[in-house]
Amino acid sequence: MSVMTDIPDAPRAARPPQIGNPVLRWLRTNLFSSIPNGILSVVLLTVIGKGIFSFVQWGIANAVWLTPANDSGACRAARGVGACWAIIPEKYRFILFGTYPFDQQWRPALSVVLFIALFYLSSRRALWRRELAYLWIGALALISMLMWGGVFGLSFVSQDRWGGLPVTLILATFGLAFGFPLGILVALGRRSNLPAIRSLSVIYVELIRGVPLVSLLFMASVMFPLFMPSGFNIDKLLRAQVAIILFAGAYLAEVIRGGLQAVPRGQYEAADALGLSYWRKHRLIVLPQAIRHVIPPLVNTFIAFFKDTSLVLIIGIFDLLTTAKTAIIDPAWQQFSVEVYIFVAAIYFVFCFAMSRYSRSLEATSGR
Amino acid sequence: MTSDDPRPPPRRRLSAALGPNALKGLLWQVLVVGIAVAVIAFLWSNTVTNLSARRITTGFAFLGREAGMPIAESLLAYNPRDTYLWAFVVGIANTLRVAVIGIVLASILGTLIGISRLSSNWLLSRMAAVYVETLRDIPLLLQLLFWYVLMQALPAARSAFRPVEGVFLSNRGLILPAIPLGPPQLWVLGAGALGLAAFYLVRRWQVAQQMRDGKPRLAWPFAVGLIIGLPVLVSVLLGVSWTIEWPALRGFNFVGGLTLAPEYFALLIALVTYTSAFIAEIVRSGIQSVPRGQWDAANALGLRRSFMLRQIILPQALRVIVPPMTSQYLNLTKNSSLAVAIGYQDVVSIANTTLNQTGQAIEAIALIMAVFLTISLAISFFMNWYNSRIALVER
Repeated sequence: MSVMTDIPDAPRAARPPQIGNPVLRWLRTNLFSSIPNGILSVVLLTVIGKGIFSFVQWGIANAVWLTPANDSGACRAARGVGACWAIIPEKYRFILFGTYPFDQQWRPALSVVLFIALFYLSSRRALWRRELAYLWIGALALISMLMWGGVFGLSFVSQDRWGGLPVTLILATFGLAFGFPLGILVALGRRSNLPAIRSLSVIYVELIRGVPLVSLLFMASVMFPLFMPSGFNIDKLLRAQVAIILFAGAYLAEVIRGGLQAVPRGQYEAADALGLSYWRKHRLIVLPQAIRHVIPPLVNTFIAFFKDTSLVLIIGIFDLLTTAKTAIIDPAWQQFSVEVYIFVAAIYFVFCFAMSRYSRSLEATSGR
Repeated sequence: MTSDDPRPPPRRRLSAALGPNALKGLLWQVLVVGIAVAVIAFLWSNTVTNLSARRITTGFAFLGREAGMPIAESLLAYNPRDTYLWAFVVGIANTLRVAVIGIVLASILGTLIGISRLSSNWLLSRMAAVYVETLRDIPLLLQLLFWYVLMQALPAARSAFRPVEGVFLSNRGLILPAIPLGPPQLWVLGAGALGLAAFYLVRRWQVAQQMRDGKPRLAWPFAVGLIIGLPVLVSVLLGVSWTIEWPALRGFNFVGGLTLAPEYFALLIALVTYTSAFIAEIVRSGIQSVPRGQWDAANALGLRRSFMLRQIILPQALRVIVPPMTSQYLNLTKNSSLAVAIGYQDVVSIANTTLNQTGQAIEAIALIMAVFLTISLAISFFMNWYNSRIALVER
């Protein structure tokens, strides 16, 4: 490499003149640069074309978009030929909000809007200040109030009637809001030089990361009543939420630990030299730098974690996926589960794709 | 604390022995451990009380009792009159069956897609990108349910798809032609494994020789002779017959051949496609992490492309690829527990049934944890060994 630097720069040649039609030129460089590449392109074009054609045939041309209420006759007639999108207008209220009282469903809808606004504001770098934490507390309190009701003339809705998208967002967001501080504490514990605290943190992280989330959820749903004094019981949703927080805490701790390792020693020493206490040293000097280092992997963990909330289906909590699965139990619509799954997949995709795009843009600008 | 005071601090009794920071540290540890112990003791005493109230005896004695649960498909012989212990073993075998095959297939598919993303062909790289983005951003459980629904929507056995002669795809699953494996066939396979091991040793010796005198030595005659020749020789000597068992439709079901049940097949497809999207990204970033200068240097030496990839690019890319790959393998293994959602009986599903039948919740969960921790440790151990083998040796 160093040899290269000794060679003087070649005189800068003018760019070769661009001849011909730009479209043809693009095709030549990107699709037909060599004979095997050309053959590959033709084969791929045929395959993709066929795929798109049959999807358009099934999903658009032959699809049934609307049917009279609760009548799947038209859909059944088109079965195998066209998609039955009519199931979505028929069932979307149940898929999105579960068994929440029908006339009150503006409340979960508003909660979803609040969640999205909260995520959006949290993603703006200009707003990464202390006030953001207050905003989170305020928004989460407001959402809890909307969902539960019981105040300001809102009727009370018990937790077992919640369902759909708000539940997914609640599990993910509260999991994050509580898992993140837990993760910080555990990450600090794992790097602490106090042996007892270090080994406790290691045991916690390795035990949780070593087992599947499904078994943690089983534990929350089956074993929790055994752990508590008799007569004391808490709601299933809350138990799953606790399991998810513990799960998130362990994974986030590992990401944050990576960030802590990336903070140069000099920063610790400088903080010590200033006479800062352990907590102030970490709060003011170390953690801000450590977390800044690991924001992209943190966002990736959030994505993984958002998808993993769907596992509560296995213990029967009505999140978005469970309501979708329940919506197609209806015998009249049973055969059209593929359409419902595509609809729900699109919702998950929008959230995750937005987060992954965001993570990528952060990675691109992290050098600045 | 005494920075303005040049003299040594006056001695105090306890803090002098430990120092103020050490004393603080000790207090913190006592506090945290005390809280942890108190919480565990509280939970434990509650559990003991609750268990005795429900008349459940703790301990693993229930493993010797008759399980009485049906297991639809298993590699090992099983019937409902076997013990819980055996049911667990069958479940572990089912988990490993999907995890091991899934890891192999996901690695192959993921590598192909990762390389495709770097292709100079615009269509191919765009297709790979769409594949990765779509599969990564949809929950695995949703994909699993989707594949399972598609499996169930397949035609009945009578009108099964036949993509190739002898292969049937129907709502009974995927049915493939099989070669029945008896002891003689296993001897031949054993000879093949022996040949592989022998080839590995020969190759190591060859490389050592080449290191000494710089002369390259041909590897392929040994490869053919040991890996293919040895089993063929054993097969001929023992007179082993290799008849292929073709599946056939009898009445409403298939006879013969190898059947992959819809549950297993859906789980395998979901795990392989989902994990391959992550592996593709790892492979892509691994290859991209090799500096441009390495490609240029290899080109300047006039090396053949295959040689360049094998000897220059891949060894450097692997160093970046292997550690995250390990965690993908662990993820795939842990994700195989989603089987419980579609009724494939892996170890989690069997533990769950056991738990419902016997009420032995703690033991069942402890067994799940033990099984997964063992598998995780085994995979980590193997991958760490492999990683240390390919790691950069620096002076």
